[in-house]
Amino acid sequence: MGSMVGASVVRKEDPALLTGRGTFVDDIRLSGTVHMVFVRSYTAHARILSIDTTGAARLPGVLGVWTNADLEGLPASRSVPGMQRPCLAKDTVHFVGEPVAVVVATDRYLAADAAEAVLVEYEDLPVMASIAAATAEGATPIMDGLPSNVVLEQQLSATDAEAELAAAPHRLAIALVNQRCAAVPMEPTVCLADWQSSGLTIWATSQTPHHMRNEIAQMFGLSQQEVRFVAPDVGGGFGAKASFYPEFLLTAELSRRLRRPVKYVETRSENMTSMVHGRAQEHDVEVGFDDEGHLLALRVRITQDCGGWPDSTGIGLPTLTSFMSGGCYKIPTIAPSFRSVVTNTTPVGSYRGAGRPEASYMIERVVDHVAAELGIDPLDVRRRNFVQPGEMPYATQFEGIVYDEADFPGALDKLLEHVDYEALRTEQAARREDPTAPLLGIGFSTFVEMGGFGPTPLFEQFGYVGGWESANVRLNVDGSAVIKVGTSPHGQGHQTAFAQIVADQLSVPFERITLIHGDTATVQEGIGTMGSRGVPVGGSAVFKAANKVRDKAIRIAAHMLEADESDIELADGRFSVRGAPDQGVDMAEVAVRAFKPHLLPDGFDLGLDETAFHEPTNLSYPSGAHCCVVEIDRDTGKVLIRRYVAVDDCGVVINPLMAKGQIHGGVAQGIAQALIEEVTYAENGQPGAGTLVDYTVPSAKDLPRYETDHLVTPTSFNPLGAKGLGESGATAAPQAVVNAVVDAMGHLGVRTIDMPCTPQKVWRVLNAALAAHENGS
Amino acid sequence: MSHHKVRITVNGTAGEDEVEARQLLVHYLRETRGLTGTHVGCDTSNCGACTVLLDGRTVKSCTVFTVTADGTDVLTVEGLDEHGEMSPVQQGFQACHGLQCGYCTPGMVMSATGLLLEQPDPDDDAIRDGIEGNLCRCTGYDMIVDSVRWAAAHGGAGTAATAHAEGKV
Repeated sequence: MGSMVGASVVRKEDPALLTGRGTFVDDIRLSGTVHMVFVRSYTAHARILSIDTTGAARLPGVLGVWTNADLEGLPASRSVPGMQRPCLAKDTVHFVGEPVAVVVATDRYLAADAAEAVLVEYEDLPVMASIAAATAEGATPIMDGLPSNVVLEQQLSATDAEAELAAAPHRLAIALVNQRCAAVPMEPTVCLADWQSSGLTIWATSQTPHHMRNEIAQMFGLSQQEVRFVAPDVGGGFGAKASFYPEFLLTAELSRRLRRPVKYVETRSENMTSMVHGRAQEHDVEVGFDDEGHLLALRVRITQDCGGWPDSTGIGLPTLTSFMSGGCYKIPTIAPSFRSVVTNTTPVGSYRGAGRPEASYMIERVVDHVAAELGIDPLDVRRRNFVQPGEMPYATQFEGIVYDEADFPGALDKLLEHVDYEALRTEQAARREDPTAPLLGIGFSTFVEMGGFGPTPLFEQFGYVGGWESANVRLNVDGSAVIKVGTSPHGQGHQTAFAQIVADQLSVPFERITLIHGDTATVQEGIGTMGSRGVPVGGSAVFKAANKVRDKAIRIAAHMLEADESDIELADGRFSVRGAPDQGVDMAEVAVRAFKPHLLPDGFDLGLDETAFHEPTNLSYPSGAHCCVVEIDRDTGKVLIRRYVAVDDCGVVINPLMAKGQIHGGVAQGIAQALIEEVTYAENGQPGAGTLVDYTVPSAKDLPRYETDHLVTPTSFNPLGAKGLGESGATAAPQAVVNAVVDAMGHLGVRTIDMPCTPQKVWRVLNAALAAHENGS
Repeated sequence: MSHHKVRITVNGTAGEDEVEARQLLVHYLRETRGLTGTHVGCDTSNCGACTVLLDGRTVKSCTVFTVTADGTDVLTVEGLDEHGEMSPVQQGFQACHGLQCGYCTPGMVMSATGLLLEQPDPDDDAIRDGIEGNLCRCTGYDMIVDSVRWAAAHGGAGTAATAHAEGKV
């Protein structure tokens, strides 16, 4: 049997999902289930004067209507102390879509009817729907008891870099916006709670079932054993399903009160205003550099729009942005600081990459600005500033942020093997001369991000018990194996990847390995799936557990074969004695023997069932180099992606097919951020992106083919050498695209454009530049 | 709200049910017929997760009232099965890694099946046109296009879908 790690195996999880036999939360049928529907605020900032539920309560099928006042004692979600969000708005509403009341009825149509009949009287308060409004002189504070809307402010360096910036031969100030985006998993939030006398079972769309179990148990004062949290098939998460949502608590509480299972199914319109949004950062950057483009000093002032309530994960994201602000460059002085501002908008939390794409966009746009300022090639600026392979692991100035093994220049070189850069520049020059030809732009992104999250001290800051992951591997007496793991996938293919790892370690056929995940009743310990921790952390735990089983199996085999353990070899599911291949026992025989104490060495612990934890001592740092080639239609401003080439270094690749899928998906979301997506609000806080009609997720017609390649620099930070890559595409792509768009218009003096580069925006920038160019020439 | 009797054949099985006038076909399939493969992803007919074949044509079942489907023949993702084997489209999606979380997948598979009924050998552009009404947030679509091309080369829409479509032509 050849090595399974590194093989493009098709996924074990696919047949069920392809035949409609997957189990998503809304597919679960419990008899007697009743349906919960929210009454949500239609205004962005207001005092609740009254809520009249009497009419609604009388409607057919209605079992009850509840407001905050009816739920006394129900705890609020964990957040910044003093800013915990109640399940239902108390006294004031902070954003459009905030739940103010909840209805339960026997049928979801009837529950929706009744929700319509709840009458809420509001007294409008001044709306702070943007950072500018919330921080303006005389702005109304949104949070009770706080004098301003700045809820957190931090400087992450000893210096503000003013002296270094002043001393640099060149100094440039750049303002960048990383616009608010929505995760839009195709399955919205759904949960089903069943509170029985024996305890609570809750099925919900979550990336972190164990964390949710712990939170819910604590909130209700239950033991962890009394709460069973199940995340079955989950239809995408992209970070947004890692947050704790009030509906989990509400369905549980109402199931307790009604003694029936309560289900909540979010509509897409609700999802667009109630699921956490991502990004939403503004960056004021100053960079100091010399004549050759060597970066000497960087000051980044980040302002995060954290929405109507600080989300416990969201509030930590500017710290990650700050840590990664140097990108893959050696910059002698980096001075990041941030402030988080509450606004009357949907709360902001993690979205694919969570804090790192913002940093990567910033530094990669800065590098292109420096190149443009000096009139030198953007690739030369990159090459002159790269941290070199010989300097790895590279300790950044931020404590604990140590880049693992990587080859930043090597990734760029490999990228250029796929891209004839010189030919593209020649074509670009020719097109600039031909007013009928679309403009051509070439954009690069050389990036590094964070994967393999933990470790525990970092995760504790987000309210988690730890940053480790747990795995249990059991060999059955028929020679098949079962893995239980604490990561809880939502499309990442853990069933397949982890079976590949175990197949190699135990020499058990891939087909005979099963994965159990996402259920706290069957997997006792775990943290969850986010921050590319599936393979690097979960996979490492699986690897360690499998090794423990293997070691134990070898002891049994040695005893059976009356040989020394060091002479036992395992291949093709069979243990044999080195040098005597005829003498052997197969895996199933060993597994059976594991339960026969009289035939084992004295004191042998029965069974082949081992648990292991993997605590990452450090994060891993996936990196790479991407190139985007765009064409801009001069008449419409429409940006067409002609080529997208991605070279990624995620360390050891477990399954190239799935790795490609992760890159494609991430790049697609990055391109979408660059060109299409933005959550907007009117001044009065009304969302401009409340459905998929006005928030345009790209379709197959909007996205290009992708070309991918890998550089493999194994990390020494975990036993698999894998860094993770779920977030790489979303981290790398936005700036590759925007750099290309700016590059296409660079000859006209265009230096900047804000995302998303919609046709209208590009057309305006292009025409303004053309007009200025003609006036100037 | 008025109630109406409907007769709808789903995956070859006839059914007679009384439904509320406002009930959407997707809810009829999921709740009344217990076929949860067809998913709901939006309220605006943009995402396509609820796509099924209705008398041989792809429709978004969240845009069809159950009462208007009276007398029709519906094929859902559960009906593509060919004697225990997945249809060519389903096999193509597995072979080419055309799915990740799998939520959009039944709708995507049904759209691809409908496309191959109309155009047995579509090029990449035609495939992208054909699945434009189905959103996928995981894959970036490239490998979905590959999946559909794989299916076109390995039996097309498949026997169950072809039989369903021919029954209505």
